Amino acid sequence: MAGQRYIERIGGRRRLLMLAVLLALVAAGCSTELPQNSLNPAGPEARKIDSLFWLVFWIAAAVFFLVEGALVYTAIRFRRRRNRDHPAKQVHGNLRLEIVWTLIPVVILAAVAVPTVATIFDLQRKPGPDENALIVDVIGHQWWWEFQYPEYGIETANEMHIPIGRTVYLNLLSADVIHSFWVPQLNGKRDAVPGRLNNLILIADEPGVYLGQCAEFCGLAHADMRHKVFAHTEEDFEAWVEAQQQPAPIPTDGPAAAGWETFQVLCTACHVADGATPPLSRQITTTQGSETRIYDVALAPNLTHFGSRTTFGGATFQNVEDHLRRWIRDPSVLKPMRPDLNDIAAGRILGMPAFELEEAEIEALIALLELWR
Amino acid sequence: MTAVETAPHRSGIWGWVTTTDHKKIGIMYGVTAILFFLVGGIEALLIRTQLAVPDGGVLSADAYNQMFTMHATTMVFLVVMPLAAAFANYLLPLQLGARDVAFPRLNALSYWVFLFGGIFLTMSFFVGGSPDGGWFGYAPLSTQVGEVVRMDYWALGLNFLGVGSIMSSVNFIATVFTMRAPGMTLMRMPVFSWMIFVISFLLLFSLPMVAVGLFQVYADRRMGSVFFDAASGGDPVLWQHLFWLFGHPEVYVLILPAMGMVSEVLPTFARKPLFGRSFVIFSGIAIGFMGFGVWAHHMFTTGLGPVAEAAFALTTMLIAVPTGVKIFNWLGTIWGGSLRLNTPMLFSLGFIALFVVGGLSGVTHAVAPADTQQHDTYYVVAHFHYVLFGGAMFGIFAGIYYWFPKVTGRLLGERLGKWNFWTMFVGMNLTFAPMHMLGLNGMPRRTYRYPEGLGFDLWNLVATVGSFVLALGVLLFLINAWRGWRRGETAGPDPWDGRTLEWTIPSPPPVHNFDEIPVVHAEDDFWHRKYGVDEEGHAVALGYEAPATSPPADMHLPSPSYYPILTAAGMFLTVTGLVYPPWGLLLTGAGAVVTLWGLFGWSMEPLTRGSGS
Repeated sequence: MAGQRYIERIGGRRRLLMLAVLLALVAAGCSTELPQNSLNPAGPEARKIDSLFWLVFWIAAAVFFLVEGALVYTAIRFRRRRNRDHPAKQVHGNLRLEIVWTLIPVVILAAVAVPTVATIFDLQRKPGPDENALIVDVIGHQWWWEFQYPEYGIETANEMHIPIGRTVYLNLLSADVIHSFWVPQLNGKRDAVPGRLNNLILIADEPGVYLGQCAEFCGLAHADMRHKVFAHTEEDFEAWVEAQQQPAPIPTDGPAAAGWETFQVLCTACHVADGATPPLSRQITTTQGSETRIYDVALAPNLTHFGSRTTFGGATFQNVEDHLRRWIRDPSVLKPMRPDLNDIAAGRILGMPAFELEEAEIEALIALLELWR
Repeated sequence: MTAVETAPHRSGIWGWVTTTDHKKIGIMYGVTAILFFLVGGIEALLIRTQLAVPDGGVLSADAYNQMFTMHATTMVFLVVMPLAAAFANYLLPLQLGARDVAFPRLNALSYWVFLFGGIFLTMSFFVGGSPDGGWFGYAPLSTQVGEVVRMDYWALGLNFLGVGSIMSSVNFIATVFTMRAPGMTLMRMPVFSWMIFVISFLLLFSLPMVAVGLFQVYADRRMGSVFFDAASGGDPVLWQHLFWLFGHPEVYVLILPAMGMVSEVLPTFARKPLFGRSFVIFSGIAIGFMGFGVWAHHMFTTGLGPVAEAAFALTTMLIAVPTGVKIFNWLGTIWGGSLRLNTPMLFSLGFIALFVVGGLSGVTHAVAPADTQQHDTYYVVAHFHYVLFGGAMFGIFAGIYYWFPKVTGRLLGERLGKWNFWTMFVGMNLTFAPMHMLGLNGMPRRTYRYPEGLGFDLWNLVATVGSFVLALGVLLFLINAWRGWRRGETAGPDPWDGRTLEWTIPSPPPVHNFDEIPVVHAEDDFWHRKYGVDEEGHAVALGYEAPATSPPADMHLPSPSYYPILTAAGMFLTVTGLVYPPWGLLLTGAGAVVTLWGLFGWSMEPLTRGSGS
């Protein structure tokens, strides 16, 4: 598929085929500089998991070398050599040995179990009122993420912005099938299950961009349901929030104004943007324990500040004109979707259809979207 | 062959179609499963080719989702399980000293259900698309009729196959309870027979749970029920519980037979009895029991709450203990042995080496917080391929090389066998070891493409190269099997200096197995007929010669019957019709009539027809 070349290139561009280059990359493969790498924790929650992993990893490594070593040694030492048949002593077993090698694993596992159980409870704590946690409602859709910030009254898609050092408490819910929210450098993954409410804590130490993607198979474009977390300093985050709280400017002349006309006719069937007729709203009900909550969720990404995003289409394509043009012409060429199954009245959207727009209309829409920063 | 082989046994194709001989059924299971193994392997190669480089363009997302769904479904239900069934069918009566299984016609029906179930699942490729919602079919994705188009084939196909597996389980359990030769106490049963006994119980208790779930999936899809629809008060997590309550015991169903085979091969080629035999057997039983108490470790990210997660983390760690006991006892078996490193032995040692890797990565999953990073990533893919390919399949290959001479009367080539082993061993590690890195570097499973720059490029390319090396190993096996079958060296009854009853009879065994039903005096009874032990504990040959026997004049052998295949064909029509309501229901009705016809004819069939006695 031609469109696949448009998938976002996150790092190096060269395809490495020669062996020498491959070997050089072995180091890169193990490198911790990768942006979606669970071995490079960038926050306290991920670090707790990481230290637990390395604890069990080193124990497993020791067992691995002992057992494999014993296996190879035994196979070589006791193999029958040509013309030299040694008799085998007919040993049936040894009770003492059996007890020893039953108990040793029990002791080792008990040692691993204690920090495991402690960490399970620690990771799933509910932040206290003094922690001033930032609450973000995360809604999984086929195949994009919706992020709502009830504290600030703002909403965005696929790219989450958080302040560093502050506990971010996610409410995870799903609008359709099961998804799983995962930013490996900040925490493990947690599923977004229809009808349920799950939680996850994200804390980032340093400003940076942390990548993730949906981890639970959710249908056709599961691979293209990615997300980014931008961690900012407190001031930068405040500035971002303030910018997001601004309404979208309504253009009155130029190509963007023509785009606005098209937008109001076509796009508002699903997309939200300030000042345009809102699409049919959709509510989903979640329960957690005995608590039931109702959330208003979007049908499609809120485009009010689309121009400020670095990517689109499930954080899969770089937000540049060329990609946008192709997307508006026929989204399914870039990303496999099933708009033929859309049922807007029932709130079920499986992708953006191709609207067979004139090229001028497409350019006008692009101008509009770039205006909405 | 002997003179008694008269009326009941037809020859040619019809002989195979109507057979109720456990050996012929075992061979049919094995050959069919190997054919499906090639289908599943081609699916795997397509997956690896697609992922060789970033943004691969070999498969569309839609095709890729079908491939990984069918690769897993095929390998689990149409390859590893039926291969175990093949060995169980062929060997259980031979190892127990019996003339057949307890219910020979039911046995034939199990096979035909497996064959038709496999055809049912695979034919979906040719009628508009195969299942594409994952082999685990998580609701509510799997219940969306429009989007995952062919999950009807999956839900119905697995239930259809499950019927066959339940019948096999009942049959094997009854065989162990009622068909053992005099003196063959339970604790004298060969370890392979023991493991088949254990997995029969696992299947019997676990399959009904998923059967209910699969029916609910079908009902949600086609009958308007809302079992898994949260908006209507259903619960998607219910499906996960039902599936993994079956799915985890199923993992042990896949691995325990291979463990049993390895437990037969190691003593034979080490010329020593199995070390801690009763510990090996009881740890198999323990694994079977504990296997029912660990299912939610597949759900550590579902949101079960910390108490449940802690509980299942602990049970999962605990199950590592009996598994470790088995490995230590295998090491104890070869320690001090006189090791013949023939191909069956190489595959058995390879089994231990690779299974240890899968076992240890399994322990890292038991650490639930770490699992929240590993879950649904390639790290998990690496883990279970070490268990299921490095473990189950290497064990099965050891079994094939070990028992091929018993089944065919001819040995497989040793030279080609060693090439086969090393190619598969290298290919397997090249394919699956890099997946540990991919998973830890953040690559999720079930993704048809990945972007550059995340550190996925190199390891994916290595894995793809490895998968073709692995395929080459399988090709070498096929060549070896073909050559061995056509013109392999004649094996004789006991080519490996075996220890169990199947080696006392000719290769291939006569239709009635044993001229005289053996009387068993010890575990590894055949070895004790051949050897004594001196004061230093070394074996001393007793100069065993096979007693000259002749088949008894009258013996009861099962009659051939075409009702099993007729019944299975009726069931095939029944489930096929259910995929295409409402008009398909006509086919379902016709299928039900054929099924009833088969069952009625079956129940009316005279028991001794044509036996000539």
